[in-house]
Amino acid sequence: MARLSDAELIRSDIQAYLARYEHKELLRFVAVGSVDDGKSTLIGRMLHDTGMVYEDQLAAAAAASQMEDGSLDFSLLTDGLRAEREQGITIDVAYRYFATDKRKFIIADTPGHIQYTRNMVTGASTANVGLILIDARLGVLQQSRRHAYIASLLGIPHLAVCVNKMDLVDYDQEIYERIRKDFQVFSESVDFKDITFFPVSALKGVNLVEASDKTPWYDGPSVLEYLETVPIADDHNTTEFRFPVQSVLRPNLDYRGFSGQIVSGAIRDGQEILVLPSGNRSRVRSVDEFGVAAGAAAVPRSVTLRLEDEIDISRGDMIVLPDRPPKVSRSIEAHMVWMSETQLDLQKSYLLKHTTQTVRAQVASIHWRKDMDTLEEVPAKTFDLNDIGRVTVTCTRALYTDPYTRNRATGAFILIDSLTNNTVAAGMIADLGQHQDLDALLRETRAGSAIKPKTQVSPRERFDRMGQRGATIWLTGLPGSGRWALAYALERRLFDEGRTATVVDPTGQNLAGVISACKAATDAGFLVICAFPTFSRADRSLLRERVGDARMLEVYVNTDPALCRERRPDSSFEGFEPPQTPDVVVSLDNMRLRDSVQFIVDRLEIRGQFTRPS
Amino acid sequence: MAAPGIRGSKISDGIVMDIEQRLTHLQQLETESVHIIREAAAEFDKPVMLYSIGKDSGLMAHLALKAFAPGKPPFPFLHVDTTWKFQEMIRFRGEFGRRTGVEILVHTNQEGVRQNVNPFDHGSNHYTTVMKTDGLKQALDKYGFDCAFGGARRDEERSRAKERIFSFRDQFHQWDPKNQRPELWSAYNTRIRKGESVRVFPLSNWTELDVWLYVWREKIPVVPLYLAKKRPVVDRDGTLIMVDDDRMRLHPGEEPEMKMVRFRTLGCYPLSGAVESDAADIPSVIQEMLTTTFSERQGRLIDFDEDGSMELKKREGYF
Repeated sequence: MARLSDAELIRSDIQAYLARYEHKELLRFVAVGSVDDGKSTLIGRMLHDTGMVYEDQLAAAAAASQMEDGSLDFSLLTDGLRAEREQGITIDVAYRYFATDKRKFIIADTPGHIQYTRNMVTGASTANVGLILIDARLGVLQQSRRHAYIASLLGIPHLAVCVNKMDLVDYDQEIYERIRKDFQVFSESVDFKDITFFPVSALKGVNLVEASDKTPWYDGPSVLEYLETVPIADDHNTTEFRFPVQSVLRPNLDYRGFSGQIVSGAIRDGQEILVLPSGNRSRVRSVDEFGVAAGAAAVPRSVTLRLEDEIDISRGDMIVLPDRPPKVSRSIEAHMVWMSETQLDLQKSYLLKHTTQTVRAQVASIHWRKDMDTLEEVPAKTFDLNDIGRVTVTCTRALYTDPYTRNRATGAFILIDSLTNNTVAAGMIADLGQHQDLDALLRETRAGSAIKPKTQVSPRERFDRMGQRGATIWLTGLPGSGRWALAYALERRLFDEGRTATVVDPTGQNLAGVISACKAATDAGFLVICAFPTFSRADRSLLRERVGDARMLEVYVNTDPALCRERRPDSSFEGFEPPQTPDVVVSLDNMRLRDSVQFIVDRLEIRGQFTRPS
Repeated sequence: MAAPGIRGSKISDGIVMDIEQRLTHLQQLETESVHIIREAAAEFDKPVMLYSIGKDSGLMAHLALKAFAPGKPPFPFLHVDTTWKFQEMIRFRGEFGRRTGVEILVHTNQEGVRQNVNPFDHGSNHYTTVMKTDGLKQALDKYGFDCAFGGARRDEERSRAKERIFSFRDQFHQWDPKNQRPELWSAYNTRIRKGESVRVFPLSNWTELDVWLYVWREKIPVVPLYLAKKRPVVDRDGTLIMVDDDRMRLHPGEEPEMKMVRFRTLGCYPLSGAVESDAADIPSVIQEMLTTTFSERQGRLIDFDEDGSMELKKREGYF
């Protein structure tokens, strides 16, 4: 008997239809294209032609359509946010759903412009198939290569290249073949299981759902037929069992289980397991699924494991099989996509979330950045929004990882800025091919942090909190020159301007103690003011050396010696060496105190004391 | 689901052979949702699950019960009661609590009640803001919840299609659609500051058909209003409104008629449009749904106010 279509079955035998629907395979694909590629039109068309658009939605889109010939603007079926509809572009990832007789689909609809790379990366992270559009009139542009590179980097196994707007080139086979050849030459540098090409017109619906007679020279499947049949069952990692523990389930004294999702491989009752980081071993007493014994389970099921032994396991630990453990390391090499408007700060510590574990981490070095125009690897000091490159990341605790190309769960991580809590980067762990035996692996879990204990707060972060850079303002001059009066007036003035300043009182301190105090407060981002008497240049250069040249402002209070003598007749002026190259010179005999303060404040401003470090 | 995704597994030397890997798509959705619920429960201090009594809430609650079986979900459920829900819904809520043993908190915006804010005098927009959005915000603030699970799906409406599964809200419960955190793989960023919160949508990737099918397969109880029955309704500009109690204001000459109707979505009865139907069991409902061409939210009057109104409501803190 011929297989009934879904539509026929729905009418004649709803229960049979439901049984069929339930067993449909799920395929996720990401559609990438720019404003002018016709991507929203292609998706809108696919939804429309598979009957997935309801009449009221269609009516709303028809009412909003502003096509010259009065036809329906299919892109309106997909462009979701107000801002997008106003600007006529897709700025964020949108998810769409449709089903055919064979499969159920989740589309991640993402923008293609370079400034939206992070959105494409987001949509690509879970996709089985990457669908990219090329304008037939323009051919393979730098942008198409960029899309393919990102799709490959994110580990999408299958690539579908739609040469769109074939209607505008009269369905010319030569044009199609040339684009196909161009792309194939380039694609030798990227990594996909397979790449398939389609000549289409999204606007006219050619080769989207059904093969079209407009392209008699093309005998391949339509885009939809391809999506319905591309084999995806082998895309999961089914051999290496990884079980990141999400939570410990202990509803009563008799039940103690570890809940989580199997991210790769499979497990059954009775198998011996290894727990990371403790290195403890036990056997699986029962694989439970939602409180019911299941006997066995495989990726991607969410289950609860009960073990034979009472061993200590908590969230963030990983249960694996001892014969094929992951790599255990506190220092990882990875490809990274920077997703924040705020630059990568190599001195700052971020939060790194990897499976169910969150650790402190620093980007220790940048190996290279990908130039998105040429796709060449170029040197880089930092990453800006949408930059992609290779880095080494060091962590306070060990991660249990696999190369991203083998495992999209244990090979991936995100970086979070702990001040703003934003997700700032995505990482894909590289395959270094190093073998680690079990002993080395367990040693690594017990080793200390890969980050040498030091401040985890970078100068830039301090600036963002305090609005200033730390500095020591050192007032030098003869006794009676008015240094202390100036110091406190300056402190008051800076405070009134919203700055954080303090005068270091040297009572009972020697020079070494004062220098230490000034350095500590300068490190913390304070404007430190001190007038401790330093007659010799050697003393002042010691100070300069400890605090750092760039953070030191030497003020010479050059008040007339006769006036100083008059004020402090008992003090010794012997051996005073005036500074040779002071940053600021004031004299309180012919300048008012207020003007002197202003002079110093101006100097601080000019030096960039209140400008964000880059 | 009753059947696990493995058939006839043989395992030797720790390597899995002959495993039938292919889960049904419903099993994939189920496992993804359970992972999301467990992740939020583990990472937030004080989560709550919103319970609107509808089929999506019922399904979400069912998944939460599964996620922590044989224990109970480590969070309470919250219903924001506008006082205008169908009587059958309130009865059902009580049954749900008794059947599952979970804690259900009920909150009503008392300020709105004092001012007698109702769907007749104030228009659906203002009424929804006061009794639903403000009521929800009050309840979240009152208990200090930092995470609220909601049963919204991405196929419901265009602005929902772009919302993250873990959707950040500022201290005023507002959503900023242009400033959403990137969400990759299933690595969810749950970090917030005090006073901020996250709305978590475990059903994001389910469609209406998936929900109905799962409800049917798992025999999840639903409010009988979803199934066709003779009910007293009046026709208001083509929308059938059920006369659920004597607060319903009839227009002059308007006479309730008994009609075979059911509801595609449930909310406040004066704002919920019924459809004429003979579908008295779930497969028939699904059959009818698949052969009709009107989307689900069409029965929900609040979306009609203006183009893009759901996005505006969400920005203000609505689910």
